[in-house]
Amino acid sequence: MSAEVKTPFVRLAKRDSMDPKKVWAIRLSSILVALILGMIPIMITGQNPFTAYGIIINGSLGKPIYIKQTIKIAIPLLGCALAIAPCFKMRFWNIGAEGQITAGAIAASYFALYWSDKVPSFVLILIMFVTAAIAGGIWGLIPAFFKAKWNTNETLFTLMMNYIIIGIVSWLQGGPWEGRKGSQLIPMFNQSARLPEIFGIHCGWIIVLLLVVLMHIYMNYTKHGYEIAVIGDSENTARYAGMNVGKIMMRTMFLSGAICGVVGFIVVSGANHTLNNGVANGVGFTSITVAWLSQLNAFAMIVISLILAILTKGANTLQTRLKVPASISDIVTGILLFCMLSCEFFINYKLIFRHGKSEEEASK
Amino acid sequence: MSAIIALIVAAVTFGTVLMFGTLGEILTEKSGNLNLGVEGIMYMGGAFGLAGAFNYEQAVGAASSSGLLAILIAIISAFAAGAIASLVYGFITITLRANQNVTGLALTIFGTGVGQFTGEFLRVREGNFVALSNHLKDSFANPIMPKFLQDIPILGKILFSHSVFFYIAVILAIAMHLFFVKTKKGMYLRAVGESPSTADAAGINITLYKYLATIIGGGISAIGGMVYIVTTAGCVWNHAGLSGVGWLAVALVIFCLWRPLNAIWGSVLFGALMIMYLRVRIPFIPTEIYKILPYVVTVIVLVFSSMRNNKEKQPPASLGANYFREER
Repeated sequence: MSAEVKTPFVRLAKRDSMDPKKVWAIRLSSILVALILGMIPIMITGQNPFTAYGIIINGSLGKPIYIKQTIKIAIPLLGCALAIAPCFKMRFWNIGAEGQITAGAIAASYFALYWSDKVPSFVLILIMFVTAAIAGGIWGLIPAFFKAKWNTNETLFTLMMNYIIIGIVSWLQGGPWEGRKGSQLIPMFNQSARLPEIFGIHCGWIIVLLLVVLMHIYMNYTKHGYEIAVIGDSENTARYAGMNVGKIMMRTMFLSGAICGVVGFIVVSGANHTLNNGVANGVGFTSITVAWLSQLNAFAMIVISLILAILTKGANTLQTRLKVPASISDIVTGILLFCMLSCEFFINYKLIFRHGKSEEEASK
Repeated sequence: MSAIIALIVAAVTFGTVLMFGTLGEILTEKSGNLNLGVEGIMYMGGAFGLAGAFNYEQAVGAASSSGLLAILIAIISAFAAGAIASLVYGFITITLRANQNVTGLALTIFGTGVGQFTGEFLRVREGNFVALSNHLKDSFANPIMPKFLQDIPILGKILFSHSVFFYIAVILAIAMHLFFVKTKKGMYLRAVGESPSTADAAGINITLYKYLATIIGGGISAIGGMVYIVTTAGCVWNHAGLSGVGWLAVALVIFCLWRPLNAIWGSVLFGALMIMYLRVRIPFIPTEIYKILPYVVTVIVLVFSSMRNNKEKQPPASLGANYFREER
């Protein structure tokens, strides 16, 4: 360190608060920046980025059938983001939503395959719903139990649980639940095990929209929600306040896993009408993006999950029309997350330049 | 006997991939940065490493391409890809102070996307599978040790029949070990990871150490992805085989107790778990169940390593937390 005191060119200071309008302006412009950065990989493939974005919009919203397909993609994303929100609020990094979806799907599929002729359709679907929730909940509870007891790393634990349960589905597919011998496929569900359609889309959308409202109330207006927020801010504070941190963790993870399990039920009963090892299809990971981009706000998740669904659906169209690989949607999603994470800095801190004048750094 | 030797040799081949991933992440975590983007970084390393070697061969022609140069180019392109990805991660977490967990997950989403995009794009551009000539494939995968060493009974196969990458990884592990315990800079780096405020007060440039460890660590991890593509996958872009490997590497860091030397045997052990279902048949256990063995073992390892209460065997104290000088 040099002996003379130097004022650095730029210093940082924490902001007390910021006009909410400005906050959202910064966030929106960061999305804009992300979309502009997303043009780079498209240009590398030699395509016009504006045409490409046009195709993305057209391929996802251009016709009623496309819109239905896009909404079908958004349903599990939204449901799963709602499940992840309380965990992330608690700073519990549950990246095992993928496995919890699969666990729920397995439970629902068991009843769909073996009980469909024993009970009426309505009861069957109810049983599938409840068992899927329980199965997903238990799959989420296991890592939470070890985290609460021995502080086992939950990120890796939940992740490994994904691979384990997906492996089990692969086994079911080629083993005990296989339909035609050698097909490696589980047979399609009977009509009675399928979710009814409302406005041409399976009624999963009603379930997740209900969940949005319930989750909003749970997170903001209940004692549980308050406890989750306190633990997220400071575990020690929660302990001093007499909260049983381990118990709250396990409770929250059971709830989170249960919602994921319901999402699994919606996917097998509403969309796929069968079970395979790709049932979660990356939803568990993409929904982390949805939850974080919407700042864990349940209503914002509706918008964000639709945006990401448009991106996913549109990218598939892009692949068939312009031969731009569909993984472009992952790249743009990643860039979106980077930009949103970065822009929080400009919301939380202000930059003070050497001249003494505090200057508002324009949004990134 | 020969079956066991064959298993060990195959385990080392896969273990080398894990070893690079693990060593890179150890370096990163020693600085207190928990980079959960290893999965994405290894994808990018795989895709860009392959692209580098492929473009090199296209440029000079299959006949006149040199194996050594191809290896170097593959390593450099993979390292650069990983380093750039980690620079983004570093900028967002170190300078912009964003949450390390979420940034790492974002890097995984981004990196797997970029890797997959690059691999697919190469395929579309070339009109079919991107494949290197057999001559280059051999120079990547064939043993480099002299014949007489390989001919030593039993030990020759186990120790001297591996590709060049295994030996690079072992040398790297030893070098990292020496760096951490013998050099001043290595101790500074550990101080940054253990207690950044103390290190800062001692006049160590925290930001510089964190950036360098993260960038170099990411580059090393990325080489692992490249090694997978050019050895196990046979120089063809194979994203399915690479998925989950980066996460195993992150788990291995915990298993190895943040010690580079442990990474050598740890990764070979996990390499063995990954390929055992192909080589060792166990009656009554279906293949699909057998395949999840490494993940089950990882879970057990995680649980046991969290249960022990040994001061020597803990992660760097500040792991996962960002350092703000202004906030004490």
